[in-house]
Amino acid sequence: MEGVNGKKVGHLFENISSFVRQCIFSVLSVGPVPSHIAFIMDGNRRYSKKQNLIDGNGHRAGFSALINMLKYCYELGVKYVTVYAFSIDNFKRRPEEVVSLMKLMQEKIDELTKEESIVNHLGIRIYFQGNLKLLSDHVRSAAERAMVKTSGNSKAVLSICVAYTSTDEIVHAVQESCEEKWDEIRKLDANNDGGNLVRLEENVKDKDEHRIGVINVDRHMYMSVCPDPDIIIRTSGAARLSNFLLWQSAHCLLYSPAALWPEIGLRHLIWVILDFQRNYLYLKEKKKQS
Amino acid sequence: MCRSMGLGNEVQKILSWTSVCGNLVLHLVWLILHLIINVWYSVLGIAHMVENTLISCGLLKSYNAVNISKVRYLAVVIDSEEARETSKVLELLCWLASIGVKSICLYDREGVLKKSQTTIIEGLNKSQKAIVEGSDHGTLVEHVDLEFVSFADSKPAVAKAANLLFAKHYASTKPEEPKFTESDMSEALQAVGYGGPEPDLLFVYGPVRCHMGFPAWRIRYTEIVHMGTLKSMEFGSLIKAIRKFTKVQQNYGQ
Repeated sequence: MEGVNGKKVGHLFENISSFVRQCIFSVLSVGPVPSHIAFIMDGNRRYSKKQNLIDGNGHRAGFSALINMLKYCYELGVKYVTVYAFSIDNFKRRPEEVVSLMKLMQEKIDELTKEESIVNHLGIRIYFQGNLKLLSDHVRSAAERAMVKTSGNSKAVLSICVAYTSTDEIVHAVQESCEEKWDEIRKLDANNDGGNLVRLEENVKDKDEHRIGVINVDRHMYMSVCPDPDIIIRTSGAARLSNFLLWQSAHCLLYSPAALWPEIGLRHLIWVILDFQRNYLYLKEKKKQS
Repeated sequence: MCRSMGLGNEVQKILSWTSVCGNLVLHLVWLILHLIINVWYSVLGIAHMVENTLISCGLLKSYNAVNISKVRYLAVVIDSEEARETSKVLELLCWLASIGVKSICLYDREGVLKKSQTTIIEGLNKSQKAIVEGSDHGTLVEHVDLEFVSFADSKPAVAKAANLLFAKHYASTKPEEPKFTESDMSEALQAVGYGGPEPDLLFVYGPVRCHMGFPAWRIRYTEIVHMGTLKSMEFGSLIKAIRKFTKVQQNYGQ
């Protein structure tokens, strides 16, 4: 009986919170709302130590915080959310920690793509961005399954950066651009005169139209499926980007609240949106000039 | 039937009026919220100004000893409009030189600083010479290395490096698929003249905390600190920011 009452109170509390949140978001929506917010989820291990949790439970608490932030962002009308889940640098951690993180990731990916999950409820399409070949087969398959399962969703986009660094992304984009140019030149020469080797070399070295431009590299970035982020939020007060979205963040508002990632809440999101709105005209002007 | 149509119109009028009132209320609340935020930032600005003045005067003892050696390479990003104030840029460089910063990379997106580099270098040399000549004890003034960078050193530089890698690895019949690494990219950037060091610390002078397109390859682990606008810059805020940086511990992902 007490359990049922407890559930009813919980349900009521959730409804009231949701109503209050809707009111706040209605007010915020009077001003410009960012279309893309990115998160660096820093501080799970420190949270675990602070709360005396078992190793690994800090990351679980972090996942709950992530789901809440996703809910708030998509309710507010933010169409693209990107999260830095696992850096290539994180592979240097203790092997037991890496294995545990990979297991957690696989578990959560499978949870996210269940029919009744928030992802399908809100019509979110998931992308896994990064050098996925570095992941174990199980995690990579789970990620690929999730991308296929959510490919029909079109209301919002969640990009999960895993086995990702910006420098790796740039190298990958440069490689893809080179491959694309190589194919272009070969096709052109095959059409012209059956592929003369000397001419091919000359084409590679000389012609301006075969030169790789910024636009080619841009197109091959993992994150080319989204517009550049408007805001990057890094928790735990650290003031660096740690090799995250360096290419895409030229005109992006950087926000570093002191809270650890599992402690992030609605108040942080409201604060940064208000800051974004205060500086919107300046950021818009700078983006236009670029 | 006429009565029900009339009632329907009345209801529509009430709903429309309620919606307009509702919108007005939302707009008013939004404006009030932003007014409160602006007042908060103004109060914060005054508090920082007082703190910075105390730091500059040496009254806050904890800021008197700053370990500048931890800042091996400092980047300063300035909004291009503000960068046109060469005298303010010079004043900032003199402050940084007086703290002991030896290597500074100056960046603004449009290349305004690059265009005025001769004026800036001459101005800095002149003021440092004046310090040496004006001092009683033969003050030694360390030479400051300056690097001037703009957006051309950022994404376009990566495209140039891409073309170099293409010419190097795809010039022949491409017997096997080349696999570029980050070292290849670093070397290519160096070869095309865009291979500067990674700054430890980056100061942003502008209205917003954003790096304005500073070369992506060089800011992987750089601490990015917003210093406010150039016209409101203060010496004390430099000391505060450098002291805070010296206390930072990085794991580099581990």
